[in-house]
Amino acid sequence: MAEKTYIKMDDLAVGYNGKALIRDICIDIKKGEIVTLIGPNGAGKSTILKSITRQLSLIGGKVIFDEQNLHKMNFRELSQKMAVVLTERLKTDLLTCYDIVASGRYPYTGKLGILTEEDERKVDAAMAAVHATELGPKDFNAISDGQRQRVLLARAICQDPEIIILDEPTSFLDIRYKLELLSILRDMAKRRGITVIMSLHEIDLAQKISDRIICVKGDRIYRYGQPEDIFREEMIRELYSLDNGFFDPLFGSIELPQPTGKGWSGGSADQEGSEPQVFVISACGTGIPVYRKLQKKNIPFIAGILTPGDKDYQLARLLAARVITSPDFEALAEPAFAEAAEAVHRCSRVIATDFPIGTMNRRIEELIELADREGKLERV
Amino acid sequence: MSGNAVRTTTLPGGGGYHAENFRRRSRCLLVFIIMAAAFVVITVININSGNVHISVGEIARAIFLREGTEKNLDIIWTIRLPRIIVSMILGGALALAGFLLQTFFENPIAGPYVLGISSGAKMVVAVVLLAFAQASFQVTSLTLILAAFAGSLLATLFVLVISYRVPNMAMLLVAGIMVGYICNAVTEFMVTFAEDSDIANLHVWSQGSFSGMTWTNVAVCLVVVGIGFILTMALSKPIGAYQMGENYARSLGVNIRIFRIALITLSSLLSACVTAFAGPISFVGIAVPFLIKGTMGTSKPLVVIPGCLIGGGVFCMLCDLIARLAFAPVEMNISTVTAVFGAPVVIYMMVSRRKGR
Repeated sequence: MAEKTYIKMDDLAVGYNGKALIRDICIDIKKGEIVTLIGPNGAGKSTILKSITRQLSLIGGKVIFDEQNLHKMNFRELSQKMAVVLTERLKTDLLTCYDIVASGRYPYTGKLGILTEEDERKVDAAMAAVHATELGPKDFNAISDGQRQRVLLARAICQDPEIIILDEPTSFLDIRYKLELLSILRDMAKRRGITVIMSLHEIDLAQKISDRIICVKGDRIYRYGQPEDIFREEMIRELYSLDNGFFDPLFGSIELPQPTGKGWSGGSADQEGSEPQVFVISACGTGIPVYRKLQKKNIPFIAGILTPGDKDYQLARLLAARVITSPDFEALAEPAFAEAAEAVHRCSRVIATDFPIGTMNRRIEELIELADREGKLERV
Repeated sequence: MSGNAVRTTTLPGGGGYHAENFRRRSRCLLVFIIMAAAFVVITVININSGNVHISVGEIARAIFLREGTEKNLDIIWTIRLPRIIVSMILGGALALAGFLLQTFFENPIAGPYVLGISSGAKMVVAVVLLAFAQASFQVTSLTLILAAFAGSLLATLFVLVISYRVPNMAMLLVAGIMVGYICNAVTEFMVTFAEDSDIANLHVWSQGSFSGMTWTNVAVCLVVVGIGFILTMALSKPIGAYQMGENYARSLGVNIRIFRIALITLSSLLSACVTAFAGPISFVGIAVPFLIKGTMGTSKPLVVIPGCLIGGGVFCMLCDLIARLAFAPVEMNISTVTAVFGAPVVIYMMVSRRKGR
């Protein structure tokens, strides 16, 4: 399908007071796409969004929106095409949620802003879409932050926009409403062809909902591309300058750094590099809770014997000091077994979880017996 | 018939917040009815009381049929009626100016008096009065209004400059109060060195009073405030959007720059008209919009703007009545009375807001 560019940011430079914070922004967005800006705090995600919504004037370049220069369109025309959800706290005085949502109909009402029955129906529909119908008569100041966010989204929806711009829309929401908000956005984008541009802090969600990702860092756009290309471990590590934890691109989860064994109760720098004292024998995901527990106590450990396709492996890779591996779909390899037996000898604790043992990993039983004989075995 | 059927679904039977909307509309309507009733009652009391008592029947005859004794007709038509009408119009204008300023500064305590706008107008009017007295010119009401308008704008712009530099609610009020002090000091300075005969008028006027109004005053007030009201009503839609903050308003298609200029010009014009004729009057601009919003239970400009006009009118008529009668034959200045009723409202407002947060 030959889709043409709907929004084109052409050599855009954005910033405050005439000083460019980010320059050389060249981005093409197609109709109905969900585009997410990610990047560290203060990178300028909001600055870019504010420039697109004309809260800030451009420092350079231009935005072409549906073949018109966005910053030359008149406000009324633009307001029928673009709706926004901002991060700023809304201070209202004696306005109900219904009033707030109804203000989205502003571009369509007459001189005095009186709602027609059609307008009222659209307000109702928008409130129903975000499950905020029961909030209607409540004072906007008397509801929770999460509810406010939903009401503001309803407001944007009933503005009937072609493009909706949201600055960190998920900030105050609990996970249920985060998912709900994002699925509403996806629905709008895919069913009604509404283009969504937003900034998100939750990179895991950004990965799952976006068609395109804009990474903002420094004074340029760091990367622009499809989520598959952006959400790589090194890319995220570099974007957020992570030196204290991990991003797991497979599940989009973030992990704290490996346990070091150092802490106030003992341990010192020279212990670093010494072998861990705990060996976790697990498979099929049964090791994950054990790893997390050890990590919380800051106890380094060895994990084994895992195949790269095992669920445990994905986390052990990030958290364990060492992972003893053996190839997928093969009987446990001899070198791996020898290494594991050696680990059992050296560690003071061997933790074995409950997992199925079959033809391929038969020798695990030997390992557990060995640990038992040495009196180090703990079963969980 | 079919129109009726559609309608019923959105009226109370529809449940949910449409019933709520209906309830709120009824509440606004009720407030308007109560204010209208208060207006009639206060008007009648206002006319029939004073040094000369005139009965209700005589009032009706004098007003509608122009019948009665010469003296009564004279009192009603040349003294009491113009005064009542002016106090009503100017009270409405003050409340409107207050509402506009509160919208502009996004601050419920903003008003022409606290922000020093009335004092600015007073200062320029004093200068003009003295200058004209020196040159023995006749001062027309148009000159007065223009002088007051210039003073209002001057003070507003000054406060505006400060408020852009220090974007802080408290500092804004401090700036306004300071501007007020400076302007008052300048006025006092000029009064001190003026000829006694020149300042006789000035002194009465600078305390704020509705006494001595003529039908010409009524006509000028009616025209200026009428225009101000119509323009404010025309702005009610963008004001509604602006209540959600500048950025949302812009995203809804409001041209913020033009809108702000319109707000400042209108509020200056309205408070200038008041100051030109009645002198600086305190608290009406804050108290009335607050009371109107509170009783109506909404801040929707479409109902609050006419509410402020009528409410401010009724409030000022009542205050003027009290100013005239409380210690008759001595007449108090109007600010004394508005402060007694207005200040507690402001205090209540601050306390209740703190609680709400």
